[in-house]
Amino acid sequence: MAEPMTARPAPPRAGRDRQHPTYLAFLVHRISGLLLALFLPLHFWALGQALHGAAALEGFLRWTDTPLFKFADWGLVVLLALHLAGGLRVMALEFLGWRARQKDMVAASAGIAIAAAILFLLNVG
Amino acid sequence: MGAPGARLWAVQRITAAFLGLAVVVHLVTIMLAVRGGLSATEILERTRGATLWFGFYAAFALCAGLHGAIGLRNIAGEWLGWRGRRMDGLWLAIGLLTAAFGIRAAWGLYHG
Repeated sequence: MAEPMTARPAPPRAGRDRQHPTYLAFLVHRISGLLLALFLPLHFWALGQALHGAAALEGFLRWTDTPLFKFADWGLVVLLALHLAGGLRVMALEFLGWRARQKDMVAASAGIAIAAAILFLLNVG
Repeated sequence: MGAPGARLWAVQRITAAFLGLAVVVHLVTIMLAVRGGLSATEILERTRGATLWFGFYAAFALCAGLHGAIGLRNIAGEWLGWRGRRMDGLWLAIGLLTAAFGIRAAWGLYHG
């Protein structure tokens, strides 16, 4: 089953390739995507459960109003921001052909994710 | 673009483009909504009858469900060797089912 695009970086073969920033970016994008995809059905299920009227929703909100849940929330936002920023990098590579400054793009992606994480932390904390 | 892999790749990128915008809107909305705490009455007062927002979140859930399932399909193919048309069909079903849960939750929030 042939994939049509070749812009995605080839899987690294040697240990040295794995130290390249673009490999780290690929890995972060993949792991954040995997965790988000596993979380998504849980998120929708929990929301669906909580939406049997205002009282049920209020109970759900109070149940989640703990430091542990706040930390988990923050973790999710970080995952979302990391995956979004990494996705923008992949799209820039595939559709705009921005390949010359890959390390800069990795740094910019990380910057976007960190900025979103701090902003959310300041707002919620 | 005839092969299932090519079609799924296209769906993955189209949903990614929408999700790129939708995630930003979602994060900004959350950040604004949680200022000063959240109450169920406050949330429901704001959401009930907001049809445009329901449309946005229904599209968001559909794209997220499909995008996530295609991503899982790619990882399962690479890491576990789970490939083939049957597996593609299964992942598509999982994606649509996930999306349906999300649309149901959005319906409850905006029209329930």
